[in-house]
Order: sequence, then C-alpha cells, then structure tokens
Amino acid sequence: MAAAIKTSWTRSEGFKAGLLSLLLLVALLGIWHLATTGGAPAATPAAVTTLTAEEIEYAKLMGRDVTAGTATPRSGFPTLGQMAEVTGRHLSAPFYYNGPNDMGIGLQLAHSLARVAVGFLLAASVAIPLGFLIGMSPLAYRALDPFIQVLKPISPLAWMPLALYTIKDSSISGVFVIFICSIWPMLLNTAFGVASVRRDWLNVARTLEVSPLRKAFFVILPAAAPTIVTGMRISMGIAWLVIVAAEMLVGGTGIGHFVWNEWNNLSLPNIIFAILCIGVVGMLLDRLFAVAQRAVTYVE
Amino acid sequence: MTNFLKVEQLTKTYPGAAEAVFEGVNFGVGQGEFVCIIGHSGCGKTTILNVLAGLEIASGGYVFVDNREVAGPSLERGVVFQGHALMPWLTVRGNIAFAVRSKWPAWSRAQVDDHVQKYVQLVGLGQAIDKKPSALSGGMKQRVGIARAFAIQPRMLLLDEPFGALDALTRGTIQDELLRICAETQQTVFMITHDVDEAILLADRILMMSNGPQARVAEIVRNTMPRTRTRATLHHDPQYYRIRNHLVDFLVARSAELSHGRAPLQPLEVSPGLAEIKLELTPTSDSTPIVPLRRVV
Repeated sequence: MAAAIKTSWTRSEGFKAGLLSLLLLVALLGIWHLATTGGAPAATPAAVTTLTAEEIEYAKLMGRDVTAGTATPRSGFPTLGQMAEVTGRHLSAPFYYNGPNDMGIGLQLAHSLARVAVGFLLAASVAIPLGFLIGMSPLAYRALDPFIQVLKPISPLAWMPLALYTIKDSSISGVFVIFICSIWPMLLNTAFGVASVRRDWLNVARTLEVSPLRKAFFVILPAAAPTIVTGMRISMGIAWLVIVAAEMLVGGTGIGHFVWNEWNNLSLPNIIFAILCIGVVGMLLDRLFAVAQRAVTYVE
Repeated sequence: MTNFLKVEQLTKTYPGAAEAVFEGVNFGVGQGEFVCIIGHSGCGKTTILNVLAGLEIASGGYVFVDNREVAGPSLERGVVFQGHALMPWLTVRGNIAFAVRSKWPAWSRAQVDDHVQKYVQLVGLGQAIDKKPSALSGGMKQRVGIARAFAIQPRMLLLDEPFGALDALTRGTIQDELLRICAETQQTVFMITHDVDEAILLADRILMMSNGPQARVAEIVRNTMPRTRTRATLHHDPQYYRIRNHLVDFLVARSAELSHGRAPLQPLEVSPGLAEIKLELTPTSDSTPIVPLRRVV
C-alpha cells in the first residue's frame, strides 16, 4: 500500500519536472566546471621566474599581481569553487556596511527595492485613478490617447538626462525613471478593465441607486481587479528590469551600481552572484503579484 | 381600476433608424397584478422594460408609477435580468447583501444578514448561501437573481425573460416558486416572456405586442382562470386551450398583420377563456382543438 502511494508520487508530473530541472542544473554546473578548470593554470609560477623585475613591476602597474603564485586563473572565468566562496562570503554577511563603496549585497538590493517600491507606488497612485477616468469616460480616453501613444514607447532611460537636469538628485532621478516606466501598463490595463466591466453589473448598481463612490469601489474595482493586477505585474517586471540599468547610470547605491562597480573591479564572481540575485529577487516579486492576481480573480 | 403603473404613448426610435421600434404603446398595470408581455423578437419588449426600470430613455411618451413620472432607476422597481447579472466575486450572501445594504444603508450587519437569509430561504437556496455564482447551476443563479430583486422589497418587480436560458424542468420548478412568492407578497410584476404557457400560468393579464417596426401593445388578454392554478392542473381547465389558442393565433398570424402601427392605439381587452364558454353551450360547436405545445420565439 505504502509502496503503491510512493510509486504514484514518484510518477507525478511535478516530481518528474523537478528531477529534470535538477539534472539540467547539474549538467550546466558540470559544463561550467569543465570549462573553467580545463586550462593549465600551473604554468604561472614557472612564468613568474622568467619575468624580469621590470616586467613584474609593469604587471603590477597594470593591476595584475603575478607574484601571488596561486593556481587561480587571473582574469579568466571564475571556477565553481571561487563562485561558492564568493557566494558564501556574501550570504554570511549580507548587510554589513563599511562606507558607501563597500556594503553587503542585501543592503544594495534593499536600496534598489526601495527605489522600485517608491517609483512603483507613485505610478500606481497616478495610473489607477487616471485609468478609472479614461475607462469610464470615452471623452477622456480620446483626449489622452495621443499623449499615451507618444509617451508609452519612450525608453525609460531616455528620460534620465531630463530627470537629472530638473531634479538634480541621482537617487530621485532613479525613482522617476521607475515611475515613468511602470505607469503605462497599469494605466492601460486599468482603463481597459474599467471600460469592459459588464453592462449588467453596472445596471444592477443603477437599479439599486448605488452612489458613484460605492459603485467605483464595490462594483467596478472588483470587476476590473484581475486586469488591473495583471497591469501591475507587468509594470513591476519592467521596473525591476529598468532599475538595474538606471543604477548603472546614476551610480551611488543599488544592485545595478554594484554590478557596474564590480565590472570596474573586474570581479566576475561578484558580477555573476549579483546577476543571480537580480534574477531571484525578480522572480520573487513576480510570484508576489501572481499571488495577488489569484486572490482577485473570479470565475464567471 | 386605478393603475399603479401607467404607460402612455411610449415611443422609441434608435438614432439613424427611419422607423420607430415601437410607437404609441399604451397600457397600465394595477397594484398587485402580474402582467406578462409577449411578442416576437425585435418588437422592443426589453426596451420597454428598460424604460420602465429607468435604465433607458424613450424617444417619446410617458411612464408613471404611482402617478409620478419615471425619471431614472429606482429602488422602488426591482429588476431581474435575463442573464441573472450576479457579481461573480461575491457569494450568494454577498450579492443579496449588496442589494439590501443599498436599500437600507443604516442597517447593522446582523440585520442585513437576517434579511439576506430570509430571502435565500424563500427561494430554497439555504444550502448554497456561501457559494460563489460559478459554483451554482443556471437555475440556482436565476433564483439568486430573483431573491435579490425581492429582498429590496420593491413596489414593483420587472423580469426580463428570467427563465429563457433554463431547461424545461428547472423552469417549471422556478415558475411555481415565483407564483408562490408573488401570492405571499402581493407583488406587482411586469414580466417579459416568449413562452405562451408560462404567460398563462403566471399572468393575470397578458399584453400582446404586434411585430415591429412601429410595434404596439395590440391586445390584452385577461386570464380568467382562478389564481389558484398550478402547473400540474393548468391544462385540465377548459379555459386553458381557449386562451392558449387565442395567444398562438395572435403570434402566428395577427401580430404580423398589425405591424407598422396598424394596431389600435388603445388595446382591446379580451377574455377568450370566458367568451367561448357560450359557444361551448351550443351543441354544434367542435370540441376544443388541441394544439401541440410549442414555444414561440
């Protein structure tokens, strides 16, 4: 009996998919391992002995410490061991702070998330009421449509110089870029959701003499909520994509700045670790909105 | 008889259309009366109901309820929509509570809930009170729609072909329920139907509309069968076939002849159920012809 349950469990689609994912991961790591350890790094100590003192001095000036005499490849792709070491170091102290140029990965992510949160909430507080207006009034829709059509396709980073010039603060400019990129999907989805609320439900509200405010909150909002949350999910996805690029430009703090900084340090393990962090945080944000979406979805 | 609802010279022309859909519609509905309106598709029945509800504006004519002109939707007139129009994100309880709170905003939560439960019991859905509409069958959804309309205790109920999408068995059960609830509450009802038998079972008077364009209420058939009629006994009454034949004759032949405003402005009120009793007393008359049951669309 127990065996039967066990076999049926191991035969389930989820189990098979998980197993396959694990195998793929192992295969990828294996390829990585083979690719990074395939060379002959042992040649370095021997090479050092053949260098003259001037050559060593020159190499130091170029930022290369040839006398360290380790088996690590100097500018090559990091090995799995190095990755594990870097990951362990970051995860053991994610929130340390040694000044603005040296802080934990957790703090960097927190800076980025804070910018995204502020920009996104500001965008939502403009896009959702405006979307309601556009969705309910064909006149407002037609009046605002040309503006939306022109502004929507502009890359959010194109706003950056204008933002820096007018706002004169790099951090707030980052927030502004998030605001401008996350406003459009929310605005359009809200307008569409509100405009396509079923006539029947509005007629029910009319025959019950429901006040406009109560109608907006108890009929239109729940009816349009799945579409609105979908718009928010798309916006959040875009915001998280854009924040990395924006922070690379404005610098200071944040995960984008961290990536750029580590590129300048030529520290590939740190960059790879940061990339993975960006991916994981992006996925978690998306999951969050997926849960919200499920909560407001209704079956007709 | 003083009319609770009065419709005078009601006309509707859609923008761009050369002829009115209906023109010069006149009729009245008394307090506590159950009136069905029957006619072919496109004669503007739903538009008339929407005008009575205040959801649409007529191009001409007047609607008075209790001697006051209808200016817009009102809690005094409850509507049961053709497609039930329940809000899918609310449970049965939530849907009816939304209506109850609209009528009595000052009520406490407990008061609202008591009232909701009473009306859910009335349509026999006590078991399903916390289910979402998506978990209910078509008949159950329509029952919720009816409970919602009754729960606000309107002075008049407007039903737009409420059983059109239901199978015959379910329709029959809900018709019986509607008849019982209306008898209990003395509700004034105006109902659209395509079903001749439904009209005979439920209505005190049946308004017959001629075909569009320029449709009119051409004739009013008084249902002279006792109000205690039920679905089970209806067809045993000799009046039943006379009324039925009269209705079917109208729909099959006369409704088309009376289109384009050829129907009289003031509809004639007839009682085919009684009128032919005299004929039956004469020995030469044929037995009532039996018309196969059919639904007129």
